This record gives sequence, structure tokens and C-alpha cells, in this order.
Amino acid sequence: MATTVKLDAGAAGHGAEPRGKRDDDGQATYLIAIAEALWEEMERDERVYMLGEDIGAYGGAFKVTEGFLDRFGSGRVIDTPIAEETIVGMAVGSAMEGLRPVAEFQYADFMSSGFDSIATVLGRYHYRSGVPLPVVLRGPSGGYVRASSFHSVNPEPWFAYGGGIKIVAPAFPADAKGLMKSAVRDDNPVLYLEHKWIYRRIKETVPTDPDFLVPIGEAAVKREGTDVSIITSGALVHKSLEAAENLAQRGVSAEVVDLRTIVPIDEETVLNSIAKTSRALVVSESYRFVGIGAEVGATIAEKAFEHLDAPVTRLSPPNMPVPFSPTLEDAFLPQVADIERAVEELSAW
Amino acid sequence: MASEPHHWRGTEPRRVLAPDGSLVGDPDVGLGPDDLRAMLRFMLLARRLDRECIALQRQGELTVYPGFEGQEAAQVGSAMALGPDDFVFPTFRELAAALVRGVDPVQYLAYHRGTWHGGPYDPRATRFGPICIPVATQIVHGVGYAMGLALDGVRACSLAYFGDGSTSEGDFHEAANLAGVFGAPTVLFCQNNGWAISVPTARQTAGEIWKRAEGYGFPGIRVDGNDVLAVYRETREAAARAYAGEGPTLIEALTYRVGAHSTADDPGRYRGEDEVSDARGFDPIARFRSWLLAAGHIDDDLLAGWEAEIEEQVLTIREGVIAQPPPPVEWMFDWTYADPPSALAVQRSEVLGG
Ligand SMILES: Cc1ncc(C[n+]2csc(CCOP(=O)(O)OP(=O)(O)O)c2C)c(N)n1
Ligand SMILES: [Mg+2]
Repeated sequence: MATTVKLDAGAAGHGAEPRGKRDDDGQATYLIAIAEALWEEMERDERVYMLGEDIGAYGGAFKVTEGFLDRFGSGRVIDTPIAEETIVGMAVGSAMEGLRPVAEFQYADFMSSGFDSIATVLGRYHYRSGVPLPVVLRGPSGGYVRASSFHSVNPEPWFAYGGGIKIVAPAFPADAKGLMKSAVRDDNPVLYLEHKWIYRRIKETVPTDPDFLVPIGEAAVKREGTDVSIITSGALVHKSLEAAENLAQRGVSAEVVDLRTIVPIDEETVLNSIAKTSRALVVSESYRFVGIGAEVGATIAEKAFEHLDAPVTRLSPPNMPVPFSPTLEDAFLPQVADIERAVEELSAW
Repeated sequence: MASEPHHWRGTEPRRVLAPDGSLVGDPDVGLGPDDLRAMLRFMLLARRLDRECIALQRQGELTVYPGFEGQEAAQVGSAMALGPDDFVFPTFRELAAALVRGVDPVQYLAYHRGTWHGGPYDPRATRFGPICIPVATQIVHGVGYAMGLALDGVRACSLAYFGDGSTSEGDFHEAANLAGVFGAPTVLFCQNNGWAISVPTARQTAGEIWKRAEGYGFPGIRVDGNDVLAVYRETREAAARAYAGEGPTLIEALTYRVGAHSTADDPGRYRGEDEVSDARGFDPIARFRSWLLAAGHIDDDLLAGWEAEIEEQVLTIREGVIAQPPPPVEWMFDWTYADPPSALAVQRSEVLGG
């Protein structure tokens, strides 16, 4: 069972090996779990290497790659010049040559600085050439941390749209580790989004088996319920679980489905949940209009119509920049109370 | 003598004052004693305010703040060289330039307080663009603005600030190329402060930044960015070329970021204390002050008077920052479009609840 830890700026800990940064009781934060996966994959396969801005001596803006430079050297942990388009292009070229690049974006917001290379080059490379490109693009995404519109974006829809790229967005440390390993071993481009609100807040027991994998494309029911299904991902999984706990005390039983993978979506798990509860609340941190919530909601409306007892409902931010001001950001992003209210409205049907 | 910062190696920069304040060039840059004094006073205010901002962040009054200590001459010298019709495109580190341009510091700091995204100062009124986070994007805006000026036949120029790390982005090269091809009346002003967060200039470029201008077909200049008189002169001449229809100039101002990248940074991870204490030996304020004293333009009484004034000024700014209330929630809907479409009104009522 995952626990919520009190936020502590130094929680990443020090010392080289990520596994050494687990708690005394062996639990790993989400951040450490991601670092463990990367470390183990680099140890397993010397064709795996990293590139990105400030990932070497600095250990990355959030310290995910702390210690990697010392262990793997500057040939496999490459501080690039500041050029996102180039980072993607270099990943493409070196993957053609047989390497397995893992590129860090300082913030997922700056993935859009390399948009053309991701969306029209990387995403179409196999289609154009038949050459698999095992490229992982990873970066911290999402809000709730008062980091302004340039450090808070959820970029899922931007890259989900064109095809050719898988998108992963785990919410729990064990899932994060297993999905990162799957992403590195995947022969397709994978966009791996790390929710920065979760990094140091959530920890749990994480498998140590070096071949522990969580398959890409599988959602997971994180809490069973009977009245309403909450379909969500990322930080909102934790907000939804908190809401479900509060609702249970008021006699409302909410099921929480964590998508874990955004592309390809696990329709089966989603639809099975709706078959059980007959009510769907889709909670997404991507914008409401043309967001991931719109897509999931449409799928449910189309394929689970006969099960539904209430309109499919969405909770998502409005289509505008993520505000910097805490008051505005709170109003902008779905909160626990919003989820509870929406579930109660649905369960009244 | 302390050794020069690592990234100053290579071509000697243009100078008026040596690091010890002695004269090595023509001090007549076209400024009278009042303007020279104003220049130093801006630098002193900038440094004091910069330190106050770091304190404000530590006290929880600002969310994050990128200090510029050590870069006062590069910013004040260049900003003072511009005319009232010229337009500045800043990065996120140009508070000193903003002060010179007359931007209200309380409004500017609204960004770092998180009360608003770009500061509610009006870029068109202040002729100072919004704080720019995606690095290097503003350089292209500077060129586009300049091309607008040229099309309108206005005798003015734009100036975009950017860092050494920003020259790695395609935007820098594309902007420079565009400016060269169209002879845009613009100044590309690079503050080479030696670091892009944890990465030294040598890992951004194997060459010298100023030299790139030649490849794009216009003048490039390397100036000692800690020599305010030299910075002023070179920027002034670049602006004059722009006004005269002679096209763009790239200026590489060699300076040093004495403090952290931002209040969220720990520079101890990537650079030694020796480097920083050495760089302090090239302090831009000490250099200019010692020359002004020697030239008889200022004296200790004047400096003491300023110190008291600046304390008061900074206190007023501090109080203004702290007094800023959080903005009303409706603002995000009011500001996203120039004229909010009706679909947004639906989202607005969802968020505001009614
Ligand atoms: C497109 C983009 N990529 C990455 C970042 C993250 N970032 C912010 S500042 C910075 C370093 C900039 O260095 P430099 O241009 O030298 O300016 P300085 O910080 O030294 O003033 C980086 C990588 C960003 N803001 N925008
Ligand atoms: Mg720099």
C-alpha cells in the first residue's frame, strides 16, 4: 500500500545508487523508483544511454539522474547544449545507429520546443522507413506545484494525436519503475511523463527483480467500488483515491481506474469498470476541450451506452495556460472536493 | 590578481576601464557627469534590490527568483544606451534593465511572486517585453519587431537579451540569419555569464559567440560586460547602426553570474567557490565606482546619501511586493483571449461555479 510522505526538498537523498536511497523500510519514492529503473536498464544493456540538459553533474532539475554520471561516465550520460529539437534529432539518429537513447526534458513543457522533431519526425519514422526507433523521451509534467505556465503543462494530447508514439503516465512508484523498464525495452518511441507532484510525495514497496516489468497499455483498478467509476491518471489518481475514501464515509462507493498508459488506452479495463458501476467520471489534467478526458469520455459513450445510468461526466482544466498564482491554479486544476462533488452528482442518478 | 573567468578566454574584449578601474580606453562615451552618476546609481539600486529579492524568496514572499549579481554593468549599460522608442525583449534575468527602462519593479516582481504570469506591466507602454521563460524564443521576436519598425519606417531598434546557453537553441541561429538577410534594425545582446544552470559555456559552444555574426553577415562585438562604459558605447553604436539602416549587431558581453542560477539552484554541485571568489575580483560596480571617484564625479558623501535613499527605495518596493493580493480567479478567463469566445464562457462558469 502506498503512503503519502511529507514533502521534503532533500528527499531524493544522496549517494550514487538509487536503490541505496530507499527508506530504511525499503520503500521507494516515485522519483527513486524511476531512477532505479533507469539505472538497472543502463546496467543491463550498454546500448542504453541518456542525454539532456543538466543531467550530468547536476543530476537533472529534479535529481532523477543524480549519481549516473559517476557510474556510467560522460559517454553515456550526456549533458547536451540547450536545444530540444536537437536532443530529439540526436536521439533519432543514434537510435538508427543501434543505440537506445533516453532523453530527459527539463520540464515536459519544453517537449514542445522539440515539437516538430517529436511529432512529425520521431512519430512517423517507422511509418516512413520500417526502422524501429527505441527512443524514450522523459520529463516532469503536470501542475499542483505553483510552478507557472511554463513548468506545469500536461502535454499528453499534443503527442497523443498524431500516432506512432506511445505515452505512459504512471501514478505509483512500482508502476513507474515497471513502466520505465518496459519503455526502455520497447522498440517504439515512448513518451514517459513523470508527474512532478508525485515525485517525492508517494512511496511504496517497489520490486527489486531486475526484470520486473509493467506492460505498456494496461490500466489498473486502484480501488474497487460499485457506484461510480473514476477514470483518471497521474496526480489525479491520488486525488481521486482521497475523494473515494471521503465518499466511502458518506456511503458512496467509487471505483478508481488508473489509466497508467495514455497511448494506447486500455479500453477493456475502462469498459469493464463501467459495466460494473454504470456511471463514469473522467478526471484528466489535460485540457477539457480535445483533452484525454474527452477521448476517454467519447469511448465510454460509444461503447458502454447500454450500461450507462447517467451522462458521462468530465472534470478537466479549462483550455488556457496553467496559472502561476496559487489561488488561480487551485481553481484551474481539479481538486479532491471537485471530484467528490461530481461523484455525488453522478451517484444521484 | 584573481584569474579571469573561464569563458573570458580568447579574443580580448573591448574595454574602457580595466578591472582595477584604471582607464584603458576613451572614457568619453557621450554621457555627462549626471548621466554617469545615474548609471552607477542604477547599478547600486539593482544590486541592492537583487539581494532583497533573494531574501524575499527565502521569506516565502516570492516563489522563485533568478538573481543577476555580477551582471549589473551588462544590463544597465546596454539598457541606458537605448532610446525611448527602442524595444527590449528580456529573458527572465533582466530586472536591472527593467529598472533602467522604467518598469515598475513591483509589477515586474508580480511574476516571481506568482501573482501574475508576466507582470501586469504593459509591454507596449514600457517598451519592455514580458519575462520570457522558453529560452531564446525572444531573440526571434526581437528580429520580427525590428522588421516591423523597418516596414513602418520608424527610426528605432529592438534589443533582445539572451544568455550563453541560449545560443545553442536553433532560435538564436534562425534569428541571427533572419536579421542578417533583412538587415533588421536590431541588437542581439548576449550576456555570457559563463553558465547555463550547471553547464559551462564551453559545453554550449566550441567557438566564441561574437564571431558567429560574421557567418550571418553582420558585425559581432566582444565587450567586457563588467565594464559599464564599454557596454554603453558598444550598444549605443549598435543602435546607431540600426537607426541608420545598417542592420543588426551581435554583442557578446563577457560577465559572470556570481550567484545561483535561481533560488532553486545549488551551484555547489557544479562549480567551486574559488571560481566565484576569483570572479568577484572583476566586480562591475567596484570598477566603475573607483573610476568615478578618481575622476571626481562622485564622492563619499554622495555615495552615503545614495545608500540611505536606496535602502528606502528598496523597502518601498518590498512593501509593495508583499502587499500584492492574489488576483481574482476570473482573470485567467479575461486574459486568455483579447476577446473571450463564448465557449470559454461555458468553461468559465464551470470553474467559477455558476
Ligand atoms: C526551451 C527551454 N529549455 C530549457 C529551459 C530550462 N532553462 C531555464 S534557464 C536555462 C539556462 C539558460 O542559460 P543561459 O542562456 O546561459 O542564461 P542564464 O540562465 O545564464 O541567464 C535552462 C536550460 C527553458 N527555460 N527553456
Ligand atoms: Mg548563462
